[in-house]
Amino acid sequence: MSVDRDTVRRIAQLARIRVEEEELDPLAKELSAILDWIEQLDEVDTEGVPPMTSVEAMEMKKREDEVTDGYCVEDILANAPKREGNFFVVPKVVE
Amino acid sequence: MTDLTKLTLAEARDGLRRGDFSARELTEAYLDAMAAGRKLNAYVAETPDIALKMAEESDRRLAAGEARPLEGVPVGVKDLYATKGVHTQACSHILDGFKPTYESTVTANLWEDGAVMLGKLNMDEFAMGSSNETSWYGPAVNPWKARDSDADLTPGGSSGGSAAAVAARLCAAATASDTGGSIRQPAAFTGTVGLKPTYGRCSRWGMVAFASSLDQAGPITRTVRDAAIMLTSMAGHDEKDTTSVNAPVPDYEAALEGDLSGVRVGIPREYRVDGMPDEIEALWGRSAEWLKERGAEIVEVSLPHTRYALPAYYIVAPAEASSNLARYDGVRYGLRVEGDSITDMYERTRAAGFGPEVRRRVMIGTYVLSAGYYDAYYLKAQKVRALIKRDFDEAFGKVDMLLTPATPSAAFELGAMTDDPLQMYLNDIFTVTVNMAGLPGISVPAGLAANGLPLGMQLIGRPFDEAGILRAARHMEEAAGLDLDPGDWWRS
Repeated sequence: MSVDRDTVRRIAQLARIRVEEEELDPLAKELSAILDWIEQLDEVDTEGVPPMTSVEAMEMKKREDEVTDGYCVEDILANAPKREGNFFVVPKVVE
Repeated sequence: MTDLTKLTLAEARDGLRRGDFSARELTEAYLDAMAAGRKLNAYVAETPDIALKMAEESDRRLAAGEARPLEGVPVGVKDLYATKGVHTQACSHILDGFKPTYESTVTANLWEDGAVMLGKLNMDEFAMGSSNETSWYGPAVNPWKARDSDADLTPGGSSGGSAAAVAARLCAAATASDTGGSIRQPAAFTGTVGLKPTYGRCSRWGMVAFASSLDQAGPITRTVRDAAIMLTSMAGHDEKDTTSVNAPVPDYEAALEGDLSGVRVGIPREYRVDGMPDEIEALWGRSAEWLKERGAEIVEVSLPHTRYALPAYYIVAPAEASSNLARYDGVRYGLRVEGDSITDMYERTRAAGFGPEVRRRVMIGTYVLSAGYYDAYYLKAQKVRALIKRDFDEAFGKVDMLLTPATPSAAFELGAMTDDPLQMYLNDIFTVTVNMAGLPGISVPAGLAANGLPLGMQLIGRPFDEAGILRAARHMEEAAGLDLDPGDWWRS
């Protein structure tokens, strides 16, 4: 499956990774090569096969809905690139 | 005094308990080795002060007769394990400066059992790679060199630093992780033992996530006994990881005893791939003979969907990675590149912070999960995955474990495959099936190639039969009787 530069631009936007104009064609070529190779999965007859949801059959474990951890503001903010008080600071989100 | 770093983990553990030397002496020997081994670029962060403090505590406990299972044993930790207050970046630029305020469960288990932390080990960025060449810190170098060649070789990946450090005796053992072969392939390339447990045997809490349905923690060690000892400490249920299983951890070291009578070992015919080097094929046959001599029955089996495991993996793993790596956005930790808007900040941070291989995989993953493609790719890959698992389930009706080569070649030169991602992916051809089915797998050094480089054989077990494959691996190690010494061209 070939992807063209417009598709690469769209994927980059979905993945929130900035790709420069001059990188679009080489990236398209690389990704197409990988996707072409993956196409061989079409050879496999998967009619009636349920997709794997977990490696071993297991039931999702549950616990009581109660607070058992937290109240560690300094730990949470310890690696913040930019903080103010008890907040992470980012560029304005809403115009 | 003899070079203490020459002792295996088991010998060091026992020597400490007998009082032959102190934990401080042993740790100092390894700190010296670590400093003298910098040419290998195995460590990305050294923690000598922490190591000495831990060794001091170990000496106190040894003197008081309160030795824990790994008391005083110096280990290296792969950079993707969260180590409280210590460099944890999964060797990525995007996690620049990140020091977690918490400890991963697996490393906490090791420290609770008395192990000593020497430092953090090099790896492919976010565990994506088979040669340790995608690391932000540059490649780790294999202490092994081919006969009559001075070229630097890869120690494999992604746990290249772990494998190089163990092979060069810069630690008694190392933690590593395996998503598509990242423990077993580097072990095979460096003449060390690499064990990937069953999915769920060890907790993934505090491990930087790559592909959550495939990742698993495991040890790289010099001997099979050492791997059994490490696993006993690393494994166990963790309430903070719902995919970890609530099953008791056996004494894996005790399980090494016994011969292989009654054990049926399967040889899967589909692993005999086109272009397989004769010497690997020959070693495979020899390894089967060794197991037979020790009581095993050799049975040919078929795993028909083997060839589809690698392409299916390269849909599932990137898809899960694209989700797991969405958190690296410059907001809460690591690198931030300022932008005109928040979206611009995300896009610039991620472009600057991710290396080319990571970017490739995140984009493949984003594409295969996107609207209109999810069914054709991700769902299809998960169906193929179910068939791969079914193949193994059927085979385990006839045999107890499988014997295959670990890698399609010995260690290759650094730079040999960096221009060809697809060729690099083929390194995992014998290992990915095991992650896709969630089974335990171990790579054991079984022979040397014509050029003197180590070659590994892989044993694949039933779910939670780590004991079975460790026992068989111990027999193979004995039968092979290898004297594995990479030499010390790199020591300064």
